[in-house]
Amino acid sequence: MAEIKSVIGTQNKKGQTYTDTWKMMNEAPRTPSFFTGSEVIKEALRRASCDVMIAYPITPQSEAAALIGELFAEGYIGDYFRGESEFAVMSQCAGSAFGGARVFTTTAGPGTMRAMENFPMWAGARLPIQMIVTCRGINSPLSIQPDTLEIAYLLNTGMLVWHAETAQDFFDWILKGYMVSEEPDVHLPLALCCDGFFVTHTKDVVNLTPADMCLPPYDPYRSPVPCMDMECPPVRMMRDPFVMKSNYISYATHASWQQEIWAAVERSRKHSIHWLNGLIDTENTDADIVIVASGTAVSQGREAIRLLEDEGVRCGLVKVKTLRPWPEEEIREATKNAKHIFVPEFNVTGWLAKEIRASVPNHQRVHAGPHVCGGMTMPPEIIVSEIKTALGMKTFSLAGRGS
Amino acid sequence: MSDYRVLPGPEHFLPPAAASMGIRLPNPGEAHINGVITSEEAAYEEAARQFLMAKVPTIFPGPLVLWAWNEKAAKKATAIRHLFNTLKECVQPGQKPMLIPMPDYRPKYPKINPEVEINPNHPNLTIWHNKIDCCIFVGVHCHQANLSLKIIRGGTSCYTIAMCAQAGHEDAMLSIRDTSVEKIMRLADTIKRLKGTVQPRLASAN
Repeated sequence: MAEIKSVIGTQNKKGQTYTDTWKMMNEAPRTPSFFTGSEVIKEALRRASCDVMIAYPITPQSEAAALIGELFAEGYIGDYFRGESEFAVMSQCAGSAFGGARVFTTTAGPGTMRAMENFPMWAGARLPIQMIVTCRGINSPLSIQPDTLEIAYLLNTGMLVWHAETAQDFFDWILKGYMVSEEPDVHLPLALCCDGFFVTHTKDVVNLTPADMCLPPYDPYRSPVPCMDMECPPVRMMRDPFVMKSNYISYATHASWQQEIWAAVERSRKHSIHWLNGLIDTENTDADIVIVASGTAVSQGREAIRLLEDEGVRCGLVKVKTLRPWPEEEIREATKNAKHIFVPEFNVTGWLAKEIRASVPNHQRVHAGPHVCGGMTMPPEIIVSEIKTALGMKTFSLAGRGS
Repeated sequence: MSDYRVLPGPEHFLPPAAASMGIRLPNPGEAHINGVITSEEAAYEEAARQFLMAKVPTIFPGPLVLWAWNEKAAKKATAIRHLFNTLKECVQPGQKPMLIPMPDYRPKYPKINPEVEINPNHPNLTIWHNKIDCCIFVGVHCHQANLSLKIIRGGTSCYTIAMCAQAGHEDAMLSIRDTSVEKIMRLADTIKRLKGTVQPRLASAN
């Protein structure tokens, strides 16, 4: 770290001061600003000392990608270009990261799915690329509306996966995310997810760090694998893979390689706790009823808790911030008193509820719902109704919204 | 804290990564022995003791110190040569210290020459061939070191030590982090200090 520490206090070509990230995020003054989530992504990137951003249009991330183009024009990004498709973008991100660059990209929905082959490759090659995923529907018939199903596909790629609730989370986690994923014992890509439109296209007050401060640059010489070298793994193995060698040693090597990727996800736990102040946030977890959620379902859960309090029902809340690393022990501890655990989600399969069921004792306590998907909103009243129904309390039908 | 301990193998057909068993890396100023966080001082003592006990104590320098790609690497290489010379001076008759490089990470088929090199994709071949019962990794990229350390733990009984320039290695039985020239010299000094106080093992372990 001596090389990186030596640039702290010096200025980049835009006159921004390379600042100790902990001081920048926790001690520097913040300015309240009224921005959309897309604009917040741009403002975070302005401070991220990013070398390369590669873009491809797909709703709802297109605006953020275009705004980062403006940053490039202003001179804040080292290089910026459009790929031929999402698959091309993610491959180009890999090339840039192999070359030692700090890389950023954004995608959504079908774009995430189209590029999927690249994500285990990124993780296997230990490339600390940051990818914003503004989740939307992925299936036919076409939907551009919010739906978090694509996150389920990211969970087993070996990437770090975080799920932001608000634009403020987004701003802070983009910057902190690089600090976690670039640690040499981690050095993995980060999929920083949010619920499209709900976060990207709505305005909120976000407290920004000073624009004249920026992250220290990425130091590729701390990487756990060599920078681009066609004769050394991981590059060599991508063109001359183990699978082509049918012998015990090559299989065992590949197995050990896979284990190392997931070991790195585990190692990110310590750093994520440090930077995010824990993998989960909790409120009133001594209550009999606890809502566990991620993304904007947390906000809806919080509002449902307020409505339930008006009716004398006390309810706790667990906000899951990181999906990988998975906060198993934290969730088990936070729900140990709960008789009922409700998991509201913006997807049809209930992947978060499945993860929670696999993590807590007496998993029949877990109520997988309510669910909405395909772009539907989740009125807090349907969470209230789900909880009251489970408790045997009288509730009303929400089919007609107010009937 | 995890009950799992990182011990010499052979552990399993496919041993787990220590991190997935709850073993955590030391913080700056700390080290680990068998996955238990300890002081650096205790780690130097134990590393020196293991070297002096071993029948074939071996240093595996990796590409980060084999090539003079910057001034620091060249200085570390000199320190590692000093460590090897110290080891040779301090062992007793019958012990056979070795210095075997890991020059690169290319998969080499059909096989490497285990007399002259070690490869992270099949490190057990070099361990078995030379009957190495204690080794130290230094100057190996972290991912490749962990790959090797896990395979060695799976299929051999070799005691593994990792001196890491970064955060350390939980897949080694003993690891010191933030390795510098001074830390390599400190290990050499500890070996010298413990010379004659440790009884070497008589039988080779493989």
